[in-house]
Amino acid sequence: MTDYNFAYLDEQTKRMIRRTILKGLAIPGYQVPFASREMPMPYGWGTGGVQVSAAVLTPDDTLKVIDQGADDTTNAVSIRRFFQKTAGVAVTEATAQASVIQTRHRIPEQDLREDQIIVYQVPIPEPLRFLEPSEVETRKMHSLEEYGLMHVKLYEDISQHGDIATAYAYPVKVEGRYVMDPSPIPKFDNPKLEMAGIQLFGAGREQRIYAIPPYTQVVSLDFDDYPFQPTKADHACGLCGAHDSYLDELIVDDEGGRVFMCSDTDYCATRRRAGHVGTHGTPFEEDAA
Amino acid sequence: MYVAVKGGERAIDNAHAWLAEERRGDPSVAELSVAQIREQLSLAVNRVMAEGSLYDPNLAALAIKQSRGDLIEAIFLIRAYRTTLPRFGGSNPVDTETMACDRRVSATFKDAPGGQVLGPTFDYTHRLLDFKLAADGEAGEVQTAPPHDARTPHIMSYLDREGLIQPEASDDAPPPDLTRSPLELPAARALRLQALTRADEGFILGMAYSTQRGYARNHAFVAELRIGAVAVEVDIPELGFAIEIGEITVTECETVNQFQGSKTQPPQFTRGYGLVFGMTERKAISMALVDRALRWKELGEDNLGAPAQDEEFVLYHSDNIQATGFLEHIKLPHYVDFQSELELIRKLRRDAQANMQEAAE
Repeated sequence: MTDYNFAYLDEQTKRMIRRTILKGLAIPGYQVPFASREMPMPYGWGTGGVQVSAAVLTPDDTLKVIDQGADDTTNAVSIRRFFQKTAGVAVTEATAQASVIQTRHRIPEQDLREDQIIVYQVPIPEPLRFLEPSEVETRKMHSLEEYGLMHVKLYEDISQHGDIATAYAYPVKVEGRYVMDPSPIPKFDNPKLEMAGIQLFGAGREQRIYAIPPYTQVVSLDFDDYPFQPTKADHACGLCGAHDSYLDELIVDDEGGRVFMCSDTDYCATRRRAGHVGTHGTPFEEDAA
Repeated sequence: MYVAVKGGERAIDNAHAWLAEERRGDPSVAELSVAQIREQLSLAVNRVMAEGSLYDPNLAALAIKQSRGDLIEAIFLIRAYRTTLPRFGGSNPVDTETMACDRRVSATFKDAPGGQVLGPTFDYTHRLLDFKLAADGEAGEVQTAPPHDARTPHIMSYLDREGLIQPEASDDAPPPDLTRSPLELPAARALRLQALTRADEGFILGMAYSTQRGYARNHAFVAELRIGAVAVEVDIPELGFAIEIGEITVTECETVNQFQGSKTQPPQFTRGYGLVFGMTERKAISMALVDRALRWKELGEDNLGAPAQDEEFVLYHSDNIQATGFLEHIKLPHYVDFQSELELIRKLRRDAQANMQEAAE
């Protein structure tokens, strides 16, 4: 496709986004405003992630796109096709083979390496948003490091429910300074936020980019007597038998029968290829679809 | 045995093929041409140009055709196309006094130089379905008058002479560009107006209406509403003068509102301003009311806590492309977040039931 520039955005826009990314990496967890462009896909559908990916992609990159951990969910397919069409980059479903991974709501099970970049799609970048609706106010709270409201919220959860009632988009503190929204990943994924890869977060509609450099300290907020606990369904994957992966729950019959399976489809397929079989699985065969 | 669901790619392709078929409708009915939409659905075209922030009737008509008449979808198509266009520079401010007015009405003065011109308006039509139109859409002969060549002075300028209307701060700095820099608050009035002119018509109408009903009430008179073509001029540095690059139709509305005066200022009228691409008077009037409501701080008025006074609320929620995208994204898969909520609620219920049982024993 020659009608558009490489990876759709013009070079000036990509430079602007790269400068924003560099600023974000220099101030881990800080939300940097950027002049988000109107993309040919709707706001709220990954326009922030798409713009960040467009700015970091080079022709030699190999791109993987996942949504809910899976490569073949419709919006992941749509975004992957967008870059195949506008950037002509190689694509893969294998986590290990990707140099850039765009994701929505998950971090792959397999640890990322130093030569990999993961780009998160972020709906609401502001971790304090549902405590304070005004952006003017929340920016002030970040600059004053005024996070008392967040701790009060977590405390109230415990006093009311006996537990912190946040299951995804669980707030973290980055390098002891900024409280950050890790995007709506399940809290099971939070410990993986300390990783070797570069993590970039793009919120298109809200016009914010933020970042976590490799090996940065990322602490999930908690209390000494109520320590943070990553949780997942207490089952094994029905297809590959994994005990250590995040699971989706499927309703498989009219009686409401449930099967649990890995949300990370590449992780599951890799295990099945290696011969692991779960209680509902069959020995691995390449899918025709 | 369970086999994982697959097939996103094929489903998307099939859905889009079906969409194309639905767009065309019954093939035994003649296909709509872009020119027909441009000429006969011109108010829809105007709205798409205004909220798409791109003045091009042909592209807007194409977008309406492609979107099956869903105007927000059409606006989205135009916006997405617009981002890919280079920005060469800014025009000189359009001089609306030189407008060739198709319509010009004032609610504050019965007559004024330039006169009242009703123009092609729905006003005073009886809203009766015209069944004849179903069979025959041809229009009859229309009387014409010689064009009014002189400048048409703004009604406001007559109040200005008496010092009755608050003077506007004049500023030669180029206005900020909402599409090239992130929105940061507080926003200058120029930026607010820019956001309002491309804002969703329905949202701005609702906000304006709320001020009429008492949420930050400030009674507005339409001092003037004018619709017509204005020249767009651009300074060409190599030439050393401005040349006209084209003509656009705009709707301009100025409202006059009372102001009680403050310790430092005697009572004076104040202005709300609306300027929108195309023939879009509902939007222009609404914009003027919302503009006026947002000026409370600058005019030393009280913040009554009304939505229309809250710049952050209005500017952050008025863009229908942002709003519709985020709203509709909730139909995307959320299995992962929902699963984590499921686990949490099961755990909380387990704990709560255990506690209740303990309490009962």
